[in-house]
Amino acid sequence: MVRLITHNLLACHVKGCNSNNFPLAFDGPQIEIREAEFNSDFLMGFFPKIEWSALVNASRQLGDQSLPEQQPDAENIDDALLKALHHVLLEIHVENGKMICPNCSHIYPISNGIPNMLLAEHEIA
Amino acid sequence: MIPTPDLSHLTRVDYEHVYEPAEDTFILLDALEQDAAELQSSRPLICLEIGSGSGCVSAFLAKILGSKACLFLCTDINSYASRCTLDTGHQNRAALQPVVASLADPFLERLGHNVDVLLFNPPYVPTVSQDWQSAQFGKSLEGAWAGGTDGMQLTNELLMNVNHLLSPRGRFYLVALKANGIENIQQRMLAFGFASKICLQRRAGREHLFVIRFQRMP
Repeated sequence: MVRLITHNLLACHVKGCNSNNFPLAFDGPQIEIREAEFNSDFLMGFFPKIEWSALVNASRQLGDQSLPEQQPDAENIDDALLKALHHVLLEIHVENGKMICPNCSHIYPISNGIPNMLLAEHEIA
Repeated sequence: MIPTPDLSHLTRVDYEHVYEPAEDTFILLDALEQDAAELQSSRPLICLEIGSGSGCVSAFLAKILGSKACLFLCTDINSYASRCTLDTGHQNRAALQPVVASLADPFLERLGHNVDVLLFNPPYVPTVSQDWQSAQFGKSLEGAWAGGTDGMQLTNELLMNVNHLLSPRGRFYLVALKANGIENIQQRMLAFGFASKICLQRRAGREHLFVIRFQRMP
């Protein structure tokens, strides 16, 4: 269950890959939608930590159009946005596929909902 | 008393691949339970466990904090363990997010000063350094306990990143053995600006175990 909230926190960490290494691009993602318990306190608390355009792009890659391109101000978050955020962050799961670094093209596979972020020995800083 | 997470879904076969909770696991659970009220009132958002193994500890933390109140990230170098962590999360109605990874590596860029609760029950047994390297490289069960020189080789790597990872009021809980050099660990972290407290210590068989809690000095 790689949720988009987790994807929003993962960057490529190959030795020397220091720029344009986030977000990782999905390749062949197989997704599942699973309901999650709504918690507005958590969403509001997490809101400032989100890399918004990375989240929006990832959600679009997975077929979701509900989030606006621009990150709204924290004071302007209405119920509808909160519900959309809840759905995008927590309910879209990538079960299988790959995440690819836009900079160095390293492939991080996802299988059975778990991403493998390990590097080969020569790639470790 | 918060009940220990349900691990009934894990079998003898699983425990050939993933670390079976033992005294070192339980002392960490006890330390977290002891701090439950403080943990709850600190309102953490992001929890990260390094080396989640069966998922027992993160599932327990999720019971303390509430599964929907936080993001529970779990790394393990062993993909079998990550699978078990995911299943343990489901079994205990905790949305644990396992990632197969070494330490916190893939999160370092995005989680700077953002981890509110950091947990590490490391491979702490002093072993020959070569054994440590091959155990980690092989991602075998031995990697769950073989700690290399002074039992500190992996812990040392994480300690270098605690200052980067921890949020201003974040807490780091570390399980350690007397042989790891408790005072030395505390002194080194003090130099990074971290106060520490020994939450619990107890003898279990031949091991004298400690749980040390680190927080930034005010």
